[in-house]
Amino acid sequence: MTALCALLVRDLRLAVRVGGGALTGVLFFLIVVTLMPFAIGPDLALLARMGPAILWLGALLASLLALDRLLAMDHEDGSLDLILIARMPLELAVAVKALAHWLTTGLPLVISSPLLGLLLNLEAKASGAVALTLLAGTPALTFIGLIGAALTVALRRGGLLLAVLVLPLTVPVLIFGVAASNAAIAGPVPFGAPFGILCALTLISLVIGPLAAAVALRQGLE
Amino acid sequence: MNLGPHAAFIITAYVAAIAVVAGLIAWIVLDRRHLSRILDDFEAQGISRRSTRTDGDKW
Amino acid sequence: MSLIELANPSRFLALTARALPWLAAATVLAFAIGITQVYLAPDDYQQGATVKIMFIHVPAAWLGIFAWIVMGVAALGTLVWRHPLADVAAKAAAPIGAAFTLMCLVTGSLWGRPMWGTYWVWDARLTSVLVLFLMYLGVIALWRTIDDPAQAARAAAVLTLVGAINIPIIKFSVDWLNTLHQPASVFRLGGSAIHPAILVPLIVMAVAFTLLFLTLHLAAMRNEIMRRRVRTLMMLQAGARVGP
Repeated sequence: MTALCALLVRDLRLAVRVGGGALTGVLFFLIVVTLMPFAIGPDLALLARMGPAILWLGALLASLLALDRLLAMDHEDGSLDLILIARMPLELAVAVKALAHWLTTGLPLVISSPLLGLLLNLEAKASGAVALTLLAGTPALTFIGLIGAALTVALRRGGLLLAVLVLPLTVPVLIFGVAASNAAIAGPVPFGAPFGILCALTLISLVIGPLAAAVALRQGLE
Repeated sequence: MNLGPHAAFIITAYVAAIAVVAGLIAWIVLDRRHLSRILDDFEAQGISRRSTRTDGDKW
Repeated sequence: MSLIELANPSRFLALTARALPWLAAATVLAFAIGITQVYLAPDDYQQGATVKIMFIHVPAAWLGIFAWIVMGVAALGTLVWRHPLADVAAKAAAPIGAAFTLMCLVTGSLWGRPMWGTYWVWDARLTSVLVLFLMYLGVIALWRTIDDPAQAARAAAVLTLVGAINIPIIKFSVDWLNTLHQPASVFRLGGSAIHPAILVPLIVMAVAFTLLFLTLHLAAMRNEIMRRRVRTLMMLQAGARVGP
């Protein structure tokens, strides 16, 4: 247990220390959300309607781009090999790494989303709903991304392939995240239903992500 | 045969399907020819695997 | 001929060489019957002659999904049983499955334009199939990016199995969007909802397409085995040059 805690603390420290990877993700989120009105036009009503979708897409892309910090860095300096031969179960080790990654990358996105909601003319209730769905959904994005990261860990220029592999798998999360947000803001559909499914998707990914990633790492780094 | 007012769509769909299948067949046939040629070159040079048995692939 | 006997690539090649001509002939025959049936099939009273697009669109959809299932079974063969031909089967099936899925999307789009007035709509079925197509491309990209075939096979196997879980999730999740695509009408409890005059050509074409898949898949597997032999020989050759 202490080994896993040590791993968690190490990852948290590294993420906070090394060039502020966490804040870079938030910065990217901000830039993407800023770009959207340039493309869509400044019509505030339209932006407000599309707000949840824009925030979700921004969070998804920001999560995606941060994924190479999850495993590739450890692979490069050899720590991944140490984790593989250590006595803690590999599934738990990668789960802990993904947790650390979410705490330092995903959670800042969640916290910054209400501020960005202001840029998109979202009212407080809408921003709150989006933030809540992001809170429930970004762990799924991280843990699904973990699978892609494990599959491409040994590739030197694997970034684009990583995106190609991970994005189709995140489609359900995106669909239900936006559906839940819209349900809270306007829709006839009650918020609980899509939100419940979003939570279910996250819980499933918490299990399948580490399992698949461990298999991929063992097979790929023999 | 009267294909009705949307004949163009029907024909395009069938042409597209035939094109896809033709593409697959072409890929497989050309790939096989290419690989056979390389394998024959190796055979001519005398390089072979440990358990060479050239049995059966006459297709 | 048990599965483990088939594990020997040379024996597999021998079997394939004998079987392929028959499979190909059966495929051609099935298509001949199928196309005749399609030609003779009556027009749908609502859709007119455009219902004839269904006879390629629906089998293409079924086979696009079938190919992923074949890849999934092969993935289990790779990861769990380490069956040597599993890798080959998985790699060979991917482009074929992608092609059938693409065929499904294109023919469906061409069917949708006259019937629904639009080439594309983001409803449950179309979106699921589009995502399936993207996943095929992802698997193919993964195969091509990893050098070592055995390692690529294992990575692709993991991705295939994870993707297999995703497909019913996508299909289910997108039910929240309105569905323009018609619901299930062939495989239903209580029997099919389609008139036999349309159902029979559909089944015949489905059989023909399946035979086509089997033929193409076996031929592609054969190519893949040859490709691996080429790679082995190239490595041997390189080793011989570098020798003492």
